Amino acid sequence: MPTPTKGPRLGGSPAHERLMLANLATSLFEHGRITTTEAKAKRLRPLAERLITFAKRGDIHARRRVLTVVRDKTVVHTLFAEIGPQYAERAGGYTRITKIGPRKGDNAPMAVIELVEGLTVAQEAVQEADRARSTRFARRRRPTGAVAEAAAELAGESETAAAVAADAEAAKADEALAPEVEAESAETAETEAPAEAAEAPAAEAPVEEAAAEEAPAEEAPVEEAAADEAPAEEAPVDEAAPAAETDETPEGDKPAE
Amino acid sequence: MAVPKRRMSRSNTRSRRSQWKATAPALVPCGRCRQPKLAHIACSVCGTYNGRQVISV
Repeated sequence: MPTPTKGPRLGGSPAHERLMLANLATSLFEHGRITTTEAKAKRLRPLAERLITFAKRGDIHARRRVLTVVRDKTVVHTLFAEIGPQYAERAGGYTRITKIGPRKGDNAPMAVIELVEGLTVAQEAVQEADRARSTRFARRRRPTGAVAEAAAELAGESETAAAVAADAEAAKADEALAPEVEAESAETAETEAPAEAAEAPAAEAPVEEAAAEEAPAEEAPVEEAAADEAPAEEAPVDEAAPAAETDETPEGDKPAE
Repeated sequence: MAVPKRRMSRSNTRSRRSQWKATAPALVPCGRCRQPKLAHIACSVCGTYNGRQVISV
C-alpha cells in the first residue's frame, strides 16, 4: 500500500487532482512513457501501478474499477489485453521514474515515467522507420544493417517487425541468387534514392542515430554513401522522376556519381 | 493597516540584495560520455542514465 500523499493537491482542488492524475495515467498507458514534472510523476506512480494490478486480475469487476479512472475504452483494452499480461511474472514495480533535469522556462524538475519492459528509445526508432517505409517510395527499399538486426530481434514481439525481418531476409536471398538482376535494379534504385531521401528525411534521422550507436562500424559507410549521392543527385530529381515513369534508363544520373 | 513610514533608501535596498547569491551546482562526470552532469539526473548530452537510454538526443 502506498503511503498517503503529503502536501497540497496538484492543481488546487481534489477534483482537479483526480482529473489530472486520470489524464496522466491514460497517457502513460497509451504511449508507454511520458515526460512530466517530478511531482506529478511521483503522484502518478501509485495510481498507475494499482491500475496495472487491476489489469492483471483481468475480470469484469476490475475492468469497471479501472474505467472509473481511465475513461478511454481503447486505452483500457490495451491495458487489459497487453500491459496486464506482460507483467504476470512481476510483483509490483511496473513503472520507472528517471529524472531528466530542470525545464527551461520555469526551472521545474522534470522526469520521464515509463512502463518497465516497455519500448526502448531504439525500438521506438525502428517503429518510426516502419511507418516511414509504408510511404510510396520507401516501400521499395529493403532494410539492411542495424535496422534489419533490430527487426530480427523484435520479430516475435510485433507483426510489423516480423514483416521487416522477412523483408530483410528476402533482400539477402535476392543478393545471393540474382546478381545480374541486382545490377539492373541498382540502376533504377539509384534514380529512386534521392526521391526517398526527399520523401522522409526527418523520419530517417533518428534511426540513423540509433543505428550509429548500436553499430557505428557497419552503418557509417552506408550513411556516407547516402550523403554523397544525395546532394549530387538532388538536382536531377525532377528530370529523373518522369524518366522513371517512361521506363527509360536515365543516363544523365551516372556522371553525377 | 501597518505601512512603512519612510521610503527605503537605495543604499539599504542594495545592502539587503547584496546577500542574494547564486551557487554553482555540484556536477559529476557522466558514466558514459564523461561530460559534467547533475547527480541523479539523466545526462543531457548522451541522454543516458544508469547505462539506459532515457532521452533521444
